[in-house]
Amino acid sequence: MGMTITEKILADHAGEREVEPGQILNVRVDIALGNDITAPIAIKEFKKVGALKVFDREKIVLLSDHFVPNKDIKSADQAKLIRDFAKEHDLTYYYEVGEMGIEHVLLPEKGIVLPGDLVIGADSHTCTYGALGAFSTGVGSTDLAAAMISGEAWLRVPETIKFVYTGKLNKWVSGKDLILYTIGDIGVDGALYKAMEFTGDVIENLPMASRFTMANMAIEAGGKNGIVVPDKITEEYVTNRAKREYKFYSSDKDARYCDVKEYDVSKIEPQVAFPHLPENTKGISEVGNIPIDQVVIGSCTNGRLEDMRTAARILKGRKAAPYTRLIIIPATQWVYRQSMKEGLFDIFLDANAAISTPTCGPCLGGHMGVLAKGERALATTNRNFVGRMGDPESEVYLANPAIAAASAVLGRIGSPEELQNPGEIDEI
Amino acid sequence: MRFKGRVWKFGSDVDTDAIIPARYLNTSDPEELARHCMEDVDLSFAEKVKQGDIIFAGKNFGCGSSREHAPIAIKAAGISCVVARSFARIFYRNSFNMALPIMECPEAVDVTEEGDDVEIDLDRGEIINHTRNKTFNCQSIPPFMQELVESGGLMGYVTKKIR
Repeated sequence: MGMTITEKILADHAGEREVEPGQILNVRVDIALGNDITAPIAIKEFKKVGALKVFDREKIVLLSDHFVPNKDIKSADQAKLIRDFAKEHDLTYYYEVGEMGIEHVLLPEKGIVLPGDLVIGADSHTCTYGALGAFSTGVGSTDLAAAMISGEAWLRVPETIKFVYTGKLNKWVSGKDLILYTIGDIGVDGALYKAMEFTGDVIENLPMASRFTMANMAIEAGGKNGIVVPDKITEEYVTNRAKREYKFYSSDKDARYCDVKEYDVSKIEPQVAFPHLPENTKGISEVGNIPIDQVVIGSCTNGRLEDMRTAARILKGRKAAPYTRLIIIPATQWVYRQSMKEGLFDIFLDANAAISTPTCGPCLGGHMGVLAKGERALATTNRNFVGRMGDPESEVYLANPAIAAASAVLGRIGSPEELQNPGEIDEI
Repeated sequence: MRFKGRVWKFGSDVDTDAIIPARYLNTSDPEELARHCMEDVDLSFAEKVKQGDIIFAGKNFGCGSSREHAPIAIKAAGISCVVARSFARIFYRNSFNMALPIMECPEAVDVTEEGDDVEIDLDRGEIINHTRNKTFNCQSIPPFMQELVESGGLMGYVTKKIR
């Protein structure tokens, strides 16, 4: 019987020739990751059991990205705990403010995570790296503590759902829309405990940025991991970034899938997820008149350079509507500098946008754009739960960067096609 | 392990931001997290909940973030066990890793209402609703998970293995 890419990576890391769904494995971990919210608990657990050494100082990544630059004293204490631990154990991958970025954009960018890797991260969006053809999943702090000591983790082999995307993408439709549409179709627990394998000619031609966005939101459908079989586009992305060997896995022709979902993307328009679950999706043409107070463009989902460029295309020569706050957060220092070099910051500043240093910040209602009672935001982030961006009586709508930029200009949720002189958008 | 307590009932897709809002994640102190447990769903939950009480919920309980602060807050608030139609996977593994007892039992969730008097026998996978006079048998947990619980969670398991 054939195996899926997910099963093959798990088997190799468990020292097994074959594995099947439902089996619980003890796997070797290539990278274990933690951030300023989750790592402090892991470090406390590590110390509590009297561990003295990490299993491999080159395989643990710790960085603060959620509440940094430190938003208050308690956050500063947590960031310090991580810094002190990284120093004490001389960790290769620790990133200070000024060199960091949002973890799931930073790790691929630095070539820390590579195709074929098995990655666990104490952050639910760790599933992002599946875009590289790695097995990557979110775990808790105790898992991280155990992995830092033993270099291993326990994992149940998931069943795989195959998603096949075919047809021609419509204008302004990106990976964000494909994944929102998919979550809208299968629901927030539609892939519970399962692997989501993204395939089809659309995926084969999809740029890395969009693949990252899709794998990133697998968790929003309850998925264990999202994964794309690596190809030329992957190779192009990793070739100059990798500093160690990597391996391309693929799914066998006779691999087992528990379900196959097929989508004709020519029927998919830009998607908007309504409060308070990512599954509450509608096509942009069905949204109606929804005024907004704030727009956030950034996060581990859509804070990449391609997202900045898309926003800039739409914002060029335009301004955010009166009383509408536009907050743009390049996800890493590299994205930040590159955006600046390409002149995108001038466009953003002319549009009255506030540009922030890399942080998860407003996505989880941490800082840099928290909402007041009754306020409404459109964000390129990943979750729109009750109170996610601030007051429990505020609202978050999710969309892609093009919709977000256009909505900032319109002061309500809308498409770039609704802007005056939409023809000028393609100039940049 | 046996627990007896009063039931608090919640709906489906209770997310980790509902269990413990991110604005309190600048600490990992269990007592402080417990004070804000379920705050955005029921502002006075932390005050009303009593030691040993049991949470019953719909499908996909604990969806969203990987924050272990969620099961920590629930445990520190005094909850002895969570019963749901289904659990989000990271919440599921976090609960076993830190030895918060949880059970998947849709039949029991359907029948049980808030305020019911419920008893749980974890070893036998049995839920007894004294108020409704009904007993439910739930799916037993895989042997590996039982081993985790018996070791007092993942850290106990790992340190036992290493030594």
